[in-house]
Amino acid sequence: MILVLVDHDRGELDPLSLRALTAARKLGQDVEAVVIGKDGAGVAGVVGEYGAKVLHVATHADITDYTPQASGRALKNLVEKTNPAAVIAAGSPRGNEQLAHLAAFLDAPMASDCSSITLGTPHVVQRARWAGNLIEEANVHSPLLIASIFPFSTEPESANGGAATVSEFQPTLEASDTVVRVLSRDSGESKSGGVTLTDAKVIVSGGRGVGGPEGFSKLEELAALMEGTVGCSRVVTASGWRPHAEQVGQTGSKVAPDLYIACGISGAMQHIAGMKNSKTIVVINTDPEAPILNYADYAIIGDLHQVLPALTTAVREAKG
Amino acid sequence: MDVLVCLKRVPLAGGTLILTPDAKDIETKHLGFGISPHEENAVEAGVQLVEQMGGTLTLLTLGPSDAEEQLRAQLAIGATRAVLLETDGQEWDPQGTAAALVDAINAEETKFDLIIFGAESVDSAGYQIHVRVAHALNRPIVTNVKAMKIENGIASCERVVATGREHYEAPLPAIVTVRDGLNIPRYPSVPGRMQARKKPVDMKKADPRVPKLEKLNLTIAPSKSTGAEILGNGADAVPALVEVLKKIGAL
Repeated sequence: MILVLVDHDRGELDPLSLRALTAARKLGQDVEAVVIGKDGAGVAGVVGEYGAKVLHVATHADITDYTPQASGRALKNLVEKTNPAAVIAAGSPRGNEQLAHLAAFLDAPMASDCSSITLGTPHVVQRARWAGNLIEEANVHSPLLIASIFPFSTEPESANGGAATVSEFQPTLEASDTVVRVLSRDSGESKSGGVTLTDAKVIVSGGRGVGGPEGFSKLEELAALMEGTVGCSRVVTASGWRPHAEQVGQTGSKVAPDLYIACGISGAMQHIAGMKNSKTIVVINTDPEAPILNYADYAIIGDLHQVLPALTTAVREAKG
Repeated sequence: MDVLVCLKRVPLAGGTLILTPDAKDIETKHLGFGISPHEENAVEAGVQLVEQMGGTLTLLTLGPSDAEEQLRAQLAIGATRAVLLETDGQEWDPQGTAAALVDAINAEETKFDLIIFGAESVDSAGYQIHVRVAHALNRPIVTNVKAMKIENGIASCERVVATGREHYEAPLPAIVTVRDGLNIPRYPSVPGRMQARKKPVDMKKADPRVPKLEKLNLTIAPSKSTGAEILGNGADAVPALVEVLKKIGAL
C-alpha cells in the first residue's frame, strides 16, 4: 500500500496533492490517503476520484491548524499501524516539511522532489536538483520509502474513483509536537494595483540590465498598459531596487503567466526555475548569448531602455 | 544571545551546468564557489541579532577543507568564529550530514540560543537536515521564515504562503530556516575582510557514514525549448514583436 499525505489549508485541498496521488497510483499498489486535522475530512470525494481507497483523518484536539511536527507524529503512528511501502507527498514547502518530520522521527532516509520512483530493495528514485535543471538518480536504502513529488514532473490525472472510505484516528502526540503551529495569519504583502505576481497574465520583469530603481518606470508603464505587473530578478531585490515580493525565481515567486517579458535578465538558473513554465517568453537583452535565450520563444537583441519605450508606444497604438 | 548559522559550500553556476565525466558531480573546474542565497540571509540575520543584543555568532559547515573560503567570507560579514567539519570531498547524504552537525553542536561549549539554516541549498534542496537536527536536539523549529523578531526569549516568525502570511512562535532555544527577502545581506567591509583572516576557524575531521540516500549519477534535465526566434535588433524589431503579441492574443 502507498500512503499519500494530502495537504489542505483549513479544509481546502492543495492541488499539488492530486499530482502526488497520481504519481502514487503509478507504483502499482493500493493507494490510501491521509489528511491531518478534522477539517481535512471533506477531501474524501476528490482523493477517491484520484484513486485513494481510504482516507485516514488524523483528528486531535491540539491539531486545529497546520502543526508540522504533529503531522510528522501522526504519520509515524499511521505508518506503524498500516505498514505502507511508501509515504508520498507533494514537493511543496508543507509536503516536504511534514515528511521531514516523519523521516526524523523514524531516522529513515527521505528523497525530496522525485520525478520517478521504482520500488524495490533498494528503492530507486530520480529527483530534481538545481531547481529541476539536474536529475539525480539515487538508491534509497530503507524498507519504507519517504518521498516528495517534484511539482512539475507529474500532471494530475483522475482515476474516476468513488469517494474514499473515511477512517479517523487519534495520533498520540507529545507536548513538544504542538509547540510550533500557525498562531494567526493575515493577507500579507499583496501589491497595490490589485494584480499579484502569481495571478498576473502578463509579467514585465527586469534584471541587472535595468540599471537601477529609476529604470523600472519603463517596465511599470508597459505592465500597466497590458494589465499586468512588474517582476524582477534576485540581483534587483538584493540591490534594494525593488521589494522582495516582486522577485521571480527559486528564492522568490514561481510564476507561469501567459506572457513573460524578461528585460535585461541574463537568466541565472534560479531565475529560470521561477518562470520557465510561462506560456510565451519574450526576451529583451543586449547579449545574444545570454542563457535566458535558451528558454525564450522570441527575443529582441537590444537595449531595453530604447526597446521598451518604443514597444509601449506601439502597444498603446495597437490598443487604440 | 549566541547564534549559530549552518552553511554549505556550493558552486556558483551561471546559466548552464556541465557534468564531470563520471556523471557523479557538476564540473566545477571553471566555477567559483559561494553559499546558497537563503544562507546569505541567515548570516545577515545572525549578524543583526548580535549587533542588537550582544553575544556571539558562530558558523558551522560540513564540507571539503576548501570550504574555509566560504567561512572566511562570512566571517568578514561579522561572524565571531567558525567550525569546519572536514569531509573527504564527497557529498554526504542528509542523514549523515545532520548527524555530524548534531555531534558538532553538542561538542560546543556554547549552548546556542538560536540556530539558523537557509531554507534550502541551491544544489541539492533536500528539505530535511534542519528538521533532523531539531529532533536530535529536541528543539522547536520554524521553517521558511521571511520575517523574525526575538523578544522575551521567543522567536516570533512570519512565513509567506499563497494566501498571505502565517505567524508562528518558537521559544528559545530554537531553530529557524530563513528565506531570501528576510533582509538585504550586506557586503563585507575592507576592515571586515582584514579581521576575518585572523578569526578562529576550528577544523575537525568528520567520519563519513554509509549513505542511506545514495547518489548514483546525475543527468542534465532536457530543456523543452529549442531556442528563441530572434525578432531583430533594438527598437526596429518592435513592430515584429507587436505582431507576435497579436498572434498569441496578448493584444
